Order: sequence, then C-alpha cells, then structure tokens
Amino acid sequence: MKGFHHKDLLGMGQLSVEDIELILDTAESLKEISHRDIKKVPTLRGKSIINFFYEPSTRTRTSFEVAAKRLSADTLSLSASTSSMVKGETLIDTARNLQAMNPDVIVLRHSSSGAPHLLASVMEAGVINAGDGINEHPTQALLDMFTIREKKGRIRGLEIAIIGDIAHSRVARSNIIGLTKMGAQVTVSGPPTMIPMDIESMGVKVEYDPKKAVEGKDVVMVLRIQLERQSKLLFPTLREYAQFFGLNKAIVERANKDVIVMHPGPMNRGVEIDSPVADGPYSVILDQVANGVAIRMAILYLLIGGAKSDHVD
Amino acid sequence: MITWIRNGKVVDPVKETVEERDLIIEGGKIRHILPWGTFEGRSDDVETLDASGKLVLPGLVDMHTHLREPGYEYKETIASGSRAGAAGGFTALACMPNTDPPNDSRSVTEFILEQAERADLVQIYPIAAISVGQKGERLTEFGDLREAGAVGVSDDGQPVRNSELMRRAMEYARFHGLAIISHCEDLFLSEGGVMHEGEVSTRIGLPGIPAASEEVVVYREICLARLTGCPVHIAHVSTAESVSLIRRAKEAGLPVTAETAPHYFSLDHSAVIGYDTNAKVNPPLRTPMDVEAIREGLADGTIDVIATDHAPHSPLEKEVEFDKAAFGMIGLQTALPLTLALVKDGVLTLPQAIRKMTWNPAGILKIEAGRIAEGNKADLAIVDPDEEYILSGEDILSKSKNSPFVGRRMRGRVELTMVGGRVVWKRSLPDRWAGR
Repeated sequence: MKGFHHKDLLGMGQLSVEDIELILDTAESLKEISHRDIKKVPTLRGKSIINFFYEPSTRTRTSFEVAAKRLSADTLSLSASTSSMVKGETLIDTARNLQAMNPDVIVLRHSSSGAPHLLASVMEAGVINAGDGINEHPTQALLDMFTIREKKGRIRGLEIAIIGDIAHSRVARSNIIGLTKMGAQVTVSGPPTMIPMDIESMGVKVEYDPKKAVEGKDVVMVLRIQLERQSKLLFPTLREYAQFFGLNKAIVERANKDVIVMHPGPMNRGVEIDSPVADGPYSVILDQVANGVAIRMAILYLLIGGAKSDHVD
Repeated sequence: MITWIRNGKVVDPVKETVEERDLIIEGGKIRHILPWGTFEGRSDDVETLDASGKLVLPGLVDMHTHLREPGYEYKETIASGSRAGAAGGFTALACMPNTDPPNDSRSVTEFILEQAERADLVQIYPIAAISVGQKGERLTEFGDLREAGAVGVSDDGQPVRNSELMRRAMEYARFHGLAIISHCEDLFLSEGGVMHEGEVSTRIGLPGIPAASEEVVVYREICLARLTGCPVHIAHVSTAESVSLIRRAKEAGLPVTAETAPHYFSLDHSAVIGYDTNAKVNPPLRTPMDVEAIREGLADGTIDVIATDHAPHSPLEKEVEFDKAAFGMIGLQTALPLTLALVKDGVLTLPQAIRKMTWNPAGILKIEAGRIAEGNKADLAIVDPDEEYILSGEDILSKSKNSPFVGRRMRGRVELTMVGGRVVWKRSLPDRWAGR
C-alpha cells in the first residue's frame, strides 16, 4: 500500500525513493493553500505540535510554525533559554515531561548530532529533526529537492555542485543522501579543511576548486560559512575564503546556461556568495523559502494527518 | 585444610601448555600439581572442587582498570570493581590515577590500598599519576609513591603534552622500578572529536578523532625510549599504524611494550551507528582494517597485553546526547569471553591468549602473579570455555552497566575465582539458568 509509514523524520537515510516522491508530491498539492485568500485548512485541527529549538533559528522555526498554522494545528514554541534545559534538565527528562502533555509532534533543533534520535527513542510523539549538530537537516534537503524538481522537472540525472563547509554542514549531508538516492550526480567543493574524510563513500565526487566544480552543473548549492570556524583553523580569513571559494558571477558563468543557484540561508553576502549572484536571475533562494512551508506542511500531514498508519520504523 | 581442584585442564602461559592436572592447595599456596588420578588425600581434610570439562587459569591480571574511587563512587568503588573483577576471573587489578583527587600522592595511594583491604577480594595495585594533579607540569614523588605501594605511573585520562616532562618521567620511573604507561593522544588533533574520523563519522555527522592523534604520540614515546633507553608501555593501542610503529620499535630492540583492549579487536566504528553512547570510547573504535591489524599485532607478539580499560560511567553520563556523553566502557566481565573468541578464531592459542592477560602484564608491573606453579600463591580462575549465553545487565556486578556487549552472545564463563586459596567468586546459577 502506498503510504508514509514512519513515526519520525530523523534523517534522509530512513526514506525510500517512494517516500521522498510521496513527500514532494504531497507538498506540491499543498503549496497552493499558501496562495489562497484564506490560507488555512482544517486538516490538523486538534493536533498539537511543539517546536523545540535548542539552537537559534529564524527561518526553519518560522517555516514550521507557518506550516502548522496553515493546517490548523496548535503550536507551541520552546527555546533553550525558556526551557528547563538551562536549569540542567537532561534531554531525556525534558522529552518525558513533554510526552506527558501528549503532543502529536515535536520539531527539534539541537546542537548535538543524534539528539532527535535520542528524543525519538523515549517519546511516543513523532519527532521531526529540524537540524541536529553537523548531522542532518532533512526538511531542508526535501525543500531543496522540491525546488530543484520544480525548476528542472526532475532530479534524476542532474549534475549538482555543493560548495562550502561540507564537513560541518547538516544541509550538505542531508542533500547528499537525498540527491544521490534520487539519482543526481553530486560533486562537493570547498577547501580541503572542510571536506570530510572518505566523503566519496557517500557516492559523491570531490573537486576542491569551485571554478572546476561548477563546470557542466545544472544546480549549484552554496553553504553558509559559519564565521566561528575561522578559530578552528579551517580557513585563514573571510577575505581569503571569499577570494577562492566564494560564488561570484564569473564562476557561475562556467556552469550550464540554465543553472540554478541555491542557498539554505542565512547568507553572508560577499563571503560565500556575491550579491549579484544571490539576487541574479539564476537565484532560486526565495523560492526555497516559500517551498519550505509546503514541504513542512506535507511532512506534518504525512506524519499525523488522517488515520494513523502502521509504522514500520 | 587442603583444597583439591580435580580433573581440570590447567593452562600454563609460560610453558604454553594445557595439561590435565589436579591442583592441591594448602595454606593459600599451590602445593602440588599432579596428573589426574594420582592424588591420594585423606578425604576428611580435603575440600574438593570439580573442574571436569573446565579450564583452570592463572588468576587474570588487568593492568588498566578505572575503579573511580576516590571521588566518583557513584560510578564504581574499589569494592564493586573488585567484585566485577573477581566475577571476570581477575585476581589482580591495577587502577588508574584519574580519580578525584587524582592518585598523585602517598595519601591517595594508601587510601586506595586501605579500601582494597576492606573489600578483601582481589589484589589492587595502584598506578599513580605522572604529574601533580595530572596537570602535566611537575613530576609526582615517584619514590614515595613506590614505597606506598604504587606499581606504575601513568597519564591515563590526561595525556602528557610536554615531551620533555615525558622524557624525564621515563628516566625517573626506571630508577624507582615503576612501570610507565602512556595514554597516547595528541589533544590538539583529537579536540572536539567523539568517534574515529572516517567513513562512519562522515556518514553519521559526528566530529572525528583521527588515527594520527594516537600515532604521533606512540611515535614520540618510541623516540623517547630510544633516546633514554628507558622502558615505556603503550596503553590501549587502537590503530594499524600504532601496531606497525611498535612492531618496528621492538625489532630495533627498544624496550617498548604495548596493550590493547578487547573492544579494539572485537568492534569497529560501525558500532557507533545509531548514536550508541556505550560505543563511545577513547581511543575510539576504529576501522575493520585497524581491527585486523590489532589481531595481527596480538598474534605476532607486537601487542603483549590484553587489558580491559574498564571505564565505568553512570547513566548520568551515558543517557545523554552523544557528544555530551563520557568516553569509556566497562570490561572486567567481558574481557575473557572476548579473548577466548580470538582463540576460537585461531588468532592466538589458548596459552598465548592467557599469557597476555596474566604473565605479561604481571611482568611489566613486576608483581608476583600470572602463573600456576608449585609454591606460588593460589590465585586462579576456573572457567567453562564453551558455555554460551546472552550477556545481560543483571550479569554485570560493576556499579555501571555501560557496555556495548550487553545483549550480545558471549562464549566462556568464569565459574570460580580464587585469591590466595580463598574463593572470592563462585557462580551460583540464577533462576533463568535453572533446569537447563
């Protein structure tokens, strides 16, 4: 039977090709709601969703909040500073306390890789990973894939470059898993200090120099540079990073003519991406944001909408 | 009173034999070792222990244990660690100094020995800190510590960054007859890492600890051994390159010895998948290629010792996010079955394997232990090598249960452990074994 048989969304690894197609198709049909006059349907009325953001986030948190509200779910937001975690409570204890209030879904953003897996192991509620440490950010990858499919009509066979701090990027890891699973050819690029060991085992090519990496590419995805990485000896200065690894017009023009440029945000203009590129005709960065809402609506709907399906997790 | 251990197969790790022998124990010592069926004792004064179908091993010697006392009694105490050790076939444990306060003075060493006497189960041999407060600045009083009962010095848990300090420690330790045990880790290279850096860390998004962080310091210690001519013992070897560095050092005649722990020849980094904090250990579980190299190093004698690196932690430190979890796993009750698996796999003969858990560590620590011989103290373990079981949390006598082997199939179980002729552990069948 076609359906979505998961309690949680922890990472792209757990999803089959059919799961991913179902999420993208569902998002496509839900996207239209955001363009109505009355942007609300009663699908998740009476469901409660807790947005638990242990790390700061504007985009992802707002996106989940908007998605839940458009489906008429009740939402509640917790951040690290307003939760008991600042009082020394462990994640497991926090999880058990939240579970006692019987929510339907917890959306978790956390600085530790694997934190959503720990949370999911002690909760009956579904857990959606909204970014864990340097591990995964599956909803970002899904909205990126949705955007690619929308613009290119397909994912299979596309040539895609991901440029930036691959080692410490949960966006990169989720996209690599998802895109290769869907049949795209992925090349990662960035300074050798930011390319993790044995990344080829994930089915990608490595081309350190972005000038070469973008050649023949249909999609170029730029990652945010976290400024604090400078102290970790990963690059000498922002100036030098921008000079050798920043995506500027000259580099984009080496890609395919109809290339699209993506960025998960928030951007450091003039560092990893030049303004003319971010605002240029090939940029789909704001489409990504709009599609983020549709993807999160789809995931919430598939996890807790309608009759409970049999979980096979 | 005489104790007669009859019909067992006695393992001699020095002669490398397994022989059908009875042991006659009197006054805490092994009086006679006799072929089966030749002992004619008066039955009224003899207690008989039947070892039919069992192995009789010299009491195991663990040269790398964390007993956590003083300071972390919620994880383990000298008494609870002694019980776990006895249940694992160990009759001697050397405990590492990273307690609170660390064992850097006579008073802490004496406290440990007093607690060991109170526990009164297995022999406890304190390993003292190399530097005061384990800060890597000033040497501790090796001579005073030796007189108080320390058998070695180590930086375990707080690696010595300063190579000059390490050099002087090696020179000074030799004068006092103390073993010097090095935890090899370049803390700059490993900083922030929580598992082996490689394919799995890349795939599951955890910060890595490169193999080189161990290897560069293994090589440093080898260079210092060459410079000073002083012996050094490398703790918990985990990488292929460490094995080959040590192999070459030994070929060059340098006084270098080495140990590994059972998890390094039993598990690889894929055990971390699923963020199992019980598989978080330092040094980290490495690649299958490293596991193979560790096995080769054991087989060709490069690695002298199998030690547990028994590192108890409570759920407070383990039932948390992976990067926040403490490093370490317990090992006293799994070391022997995991080592017997090496014998089954043909990596080592039984006496070779037992030698790495008895005679060799005893020699490095210069303690009287490690062999069943007439006149020796009756420290031994009777083991059923063939019994198979699933390791359960209830089997674990340590205060902490942090083992990735819980739930796994084990083969080989300790039936009885004896220290100085006195039984300190005897397996009574739990209910679930009854009627088997």
